[in-house]
Amino acid sequence: MSAEVRPIKTAAEQALAEAFAARKGALARDPLAAQREAAFRRFAAEGLPHRRVEDWKYTDLRALMREAKPLAGPPDTAGIARAKNAGGLLRVVDARRIVLVDGVFVPELSDLAALEPGLTVGSMAEALAGADAEVVGRVGTVAPTDDVAAALNTAFMGDGVVLNVADGVTLARPIHLVFAYTATVAAAVFARSLVVIGKRARATLIESHEGPDDLDYQVNNALELSVGDDAKVDHVKIGTEGSRALHISTLMAALGARAELNDLSFTTGGSVVRNQLHLRYAGEGAAATIAGASLIKGRQHVDTTMVVDHAVRGGSSRELFKSVLDGESHAVFQGKIIVRPGAQQTDARMMTRALLLSEAAEADNKPELEIFADDVQCGHGATAGALDQDLLFYLKARGIPAHEAEALLIQAFVGEALETIERDDLRAALADAAAAWLITRG
Amino acid sequence: MPMLEIKDLSVEVDGRKILDGLNLAVNAGEVHAIMGPNGSGKSTLAYVLAGKADYAVTDGQVLFDGEDMLAMEPDERAAKGLFLAFQYPLEIPGVATMTFLRTALNAQRRKRGEAELSTPEFMKKVREAAGKLDIDQEMLRRGVNVGFSGGEKKRNEILQMALLEPRLAVLDETDSGLDIDALRVVADGVNRLRSPQRSMVVITHYQRLLNYIVPDVVHVLSKGRIVKTGGKELALELEARGYAQFQEEAA
Ligand SMILES: Nc1ncnc2c1ncn2[C@@H]1O[C@H](COP(=O)(O)OP(=O)(O)O)[C@@H](O)[C@H]1O
Ligand SMILES: [Mg+2]
Repeated sequence: MSAEVRPIKTAAEQALAEAFAARKGALARDPLAAQREAAFRRFAAEGLPHRRVEDWKYTDLRALMREAKPLAGPPDTAGIARAKNAGGLLRVVDARRIVLVDGVFVPELSDLAALEPGLTVGSMAEALAGADAEVVGRVGTVAPTDDVAAALNTAFMGDGVVLNVADGVTLARPIHLVFAYTATVAAAVFARSLVVIGKRARATLIESHEGPDDLDYQVNNALELSVGDDAKVDHVKIGTEGSRALHISTLMAALGARAELNDLSFTTGGSVVRNQLHLRYAGEGAAATIAGASLIKGRQHVDTTMVVDHAVRGGSSRELFKSVLDGESHAVFQGKIIVRPGAQQTDARMMTRALLLSEAAEADNKPELEIFADDVQCGHGATAGALDQDLLFYLKARGIPAHEAEALLIQAFVGEALETIERDDLRAALADAAAAWLITRG
Repeated sequence: MPMLEIKDLSVEVDGRKILDGLNLAVNAGEVHAIMGPNGSGKSTLAYVLAGKADYAVTDGQVLFDGEDMLAMEPDERAAKGLFLAFQYPLEIPGVATMTFLRTALNAQRRKRGEAELSTPEFMKKVREAAGKLDIDQEMLRRGVNVGFSGGEKKRNEILQMALLEPRLAVLDETDSGLDIDALRVVADGVNRLRSPQRSMVVITHYQRLLNYIVPDVVHVLSKGRIVKTGGKELALELEARGYAQFQEEAA
């Protein structure tokens, strides 16, 4: 047995190394320079993750990311104009829109008027330029992960949103972070956001990601979300990237004592999508519901990989992931639940279901339980299968044509995941998006 | 011309012959009962009429208003006026009963070239029909048949029939699993729909239902074919003497 020899760098790895070297000068006074250096060294040592890296087993980034696109420049006026109607999927939801164009926070497109008392919204780039001690001290600490894609985000991130909700504040209106890719050439966008929800605060945070079809742009987005003691956060991420986009997103979240997180990711867009979640239970008795709904077709590849780290006692976690797969699409679910020695009375359950609409579609599922406490309840389950022919017959026997009958059953399948969303308007908007997907399915 | 005409129908499942040269003709306005022991092919006949895929028709014909029904998709048959009340109604989690009823009704109307019902029109129709069958509004908001008792599922089948107003209804053991009160509610629901333009095929294992839904003609099905046909008194004879005599005749 010999230690694995680091192979010759791929073109993409080489390009990333050059890009980082080129940025060094600009980052000389960056307060995170040391953190970025360390993150880049981590990438340099590992290279792009490939199929022999367990966490990336089904998403061989070395093969899927043949080239690293140049870093996107700041958006021009035309790009900003194109972003004006981004996030339209949520038209019906009265939310405060915060718009990021090609990874850059754009105040003139954002709704920053009459911020509720206790809510602050700002730019990550500005916070770093101004060496904002609060932000600098927090970035990279909320739920640290040594994942290489997250490391690349740390190394390259330029801008993002810094959002604070003070203790005890309830935001009636959801916040909608609109991420729009508008450049007309393929580039790479690295945005990093930090959201801190104070104790006993309540907020709904929506993210949507979109961009043009037929352009092979690359997005590596990261969000750190700190949920204070007794706070409650609803977080919905909508992935409607363009047809050739590579989208990697990392959510690093920490839950304070008795905090509640209700998280859902909804994905229909992108060529290769990797949604990763690192959830840390920092305070006792916190509860999280993590749901997902993906509707994909063609050769789309959507990988959901999560680590739920029950580090303290009395936490509960519920995962429910639903994928609808048509064409030759591929869904991956990797869910690791860690229950650390002190985390007694943890209650963790994970369920994934794949609905295969075509023979060529594929769903991979890899649950992992690492349990080091004895008084816990943990479980996982997975199913994959086609539409139930008997149910289809029942619907058809009532006069419902085959295609409409299938659509009803698919919507019902996805609906179970969408049920976890509390707000009616948001749930309805996503149900409509699922219905729209069914129409494009043909 | 009979509304429904089945000629020499033979059907196989997994290579096994279940229906074996079955003949049946039902005229408009008639109610026919089909009685037979378990496993004689009653549900198979019902499913073949409705168009379920697992059954291979190896011989014979089914004509609905003179048209070849076997060539039609299940939804086309429904739009033409066929309705099957399932012996075992299925649960459809996540599809609200209201959505299901409305989708079905409007799909049929569209196919027939009729206008879809508006929401108020539809709601009124459902409320009336549900009220007569003791089905409360809360049940209609649930997923189709989800959490319904056996009797509630059967009543829900009759509700669907009342809304869809078929011209030919096939009821597959709608009486099984019902207590006497529920049986009455269901039978009343069926009787309200009797009309000179509407035909019914009532499949049952027991004579009991036929006290409430009085048939014009009774057939005995055994080993995949009709072995005896008579009036409503035939049902009483079966009740008294059992199926054994007919099974021998068929053999
Ligand atoms: N889908 C099926 N697959 C296999 N066998 C079937 C199927 N449907 C019916 N059969 C068989 O056909 C015969 C008749 O069944 P069925 O039509 O359900 O009778 P009945 O309704 O009169 O009780 C039985 O032997 C049954 O096992
Ligand atoms: Mg039967």
